[in-house]
Amino acid sequence: MNQEAIKDLLYKMADDQLILGHRNSEWTGFGPLLEEDIAFSSMAQDKVGQSWQLYKILNELGESDPDTVAFMRNAEQFHNSQFVELPNGEYDFSLIRHFLFDTAELIRFQMLADSSFEPLANLAKKIKGETKYHSMHAKIWIKQLGSATEESISRLQNSLVEAMPYALGLFEPSKFEQDLIDSRVFAGEEALKGQWKNAVIDVISETSLTLPNMESLTPVFGGRYGDHSEHLQPLLDEMSEVFKVDPTADW
Amino acid sequence: METQGLTKGIIKEWLDEVKDPEIPVLSLNDLGVITGIDIDSKGKVTVDMTPTFTGCPAMDVMKQDVLDVLEKRGVTDYDVNISFETQWNSNMISEKGRKALKDFGLAPPPQHDMIVDIDIIERASCPHCGSENTEMKTPFGPTLCRSMHYCHNCLQAFEQFKPL
Repeated sequence: MNQEAIKDLLYKMADDQLILGHRNSEWTGFGPLLEEDIAFSSMAQDKVGQSWQLYKILNELGESDPDTVAFMRNAEQFHNSQFVELPNGEYDFSLIRHFLFDTAELIRFQMLADSSFEPLANLAKKIKGETKYHSMHAKIWIKQLGSATEESISRLQNSLVEAMPYALGLFEPSKFEQDLIDSRVFAGEEALKGQWKNAVIDVISETSLTLPNMESLTPVFGGRYGDHSEHLQPLLDEMSEVFKVDPTADW
Repeated sequence: METQGLTKGIIKEWLDEVKDPEIPVLSLNDLGVITGIDIDSKGKVTVDMTPTFTGCPAMDVMKQDVLDVLEKRGVTDYDVNISFETQWNSNMISEKGRKALKDFGLAPPPQHDMIVDIDIIERASCPHCGSENTEMKTPFGPTLCRSMHYCHNCLQAFEQFKPL
């Protein structure tokens, strides 16, 4: 099995979880409803915890320890998609991102539960159960607000159009794509994207929203190879501020 | 220590005194997070644990509590591993644990056939009055393992240990 291929896969998933977890945590204290404040905070806790476990597998494969990996790298060393690093914007944007990302995440971990790489398969079996709650939560709100008032529909519609090219960037192929597929570590981004599209269409078709034509859009790629928007470095600086004051501190 | 006569059953009994830090009526045994106890030929004790939720912040505390119990009982050679080799699910909470949750005012998770869907999550019996006339307010509660509900019978909010 190609270890570089596995590391590449783990890094991009872990970085996605960590960065979106951090973005979700920014809703703590600012949610539009108390329940949504708590929901985004809980999902943040899940995602950061999941990223830690993925970094831990990387650690077992010879990479640095999870805290160092999470807090001591610069933007160009991160493999997350640009989608997750974008600022939260208004609640409608955060909700659309949550829906598009977590739909993909659930399917990704469902696929990985069958991975030939056992540590990842075991973790994926766990994460897919937790992520189901995230995915259900997103669906409920998209269905409700996507068919509610003129304002809620138009806000979500605008966010959907804005988010879609970035969401397609989630499926940026790894340079090890064929290795991962051949060794049955992961069935690949194309297969994931196919299932994701169907799941997204299912939900959106039950609302008054219109899906942009995905085929005509250019996905925002680059994140998986360290090319990021101007939003990532400030986020990392804030995230790692306490750790960098004293990396050896014990709590 | 003299480990002769030490058995898995005895260690399991010791672990009954270790409680979930967030739900102090529930022992780790009844929660189902202890997935293996082993004593090798040299007397080394190994305890395997699996997290309820991947990001559960109480896991390190639970692990420390297990270590403390082993030390307190005089075990000097031990290992406590947290792994995902066995994945925890809410059906692993024992009957005794389910009763303890209910007495604590927390609805136990409904038993399921490993497919957790919206119908299962929404179905919670009120731990105060037993009514089924309840409504889920949000699947995300004060800790990762709890959801929030409302009882239309006794008009009280309550929490449920989430099915997973």
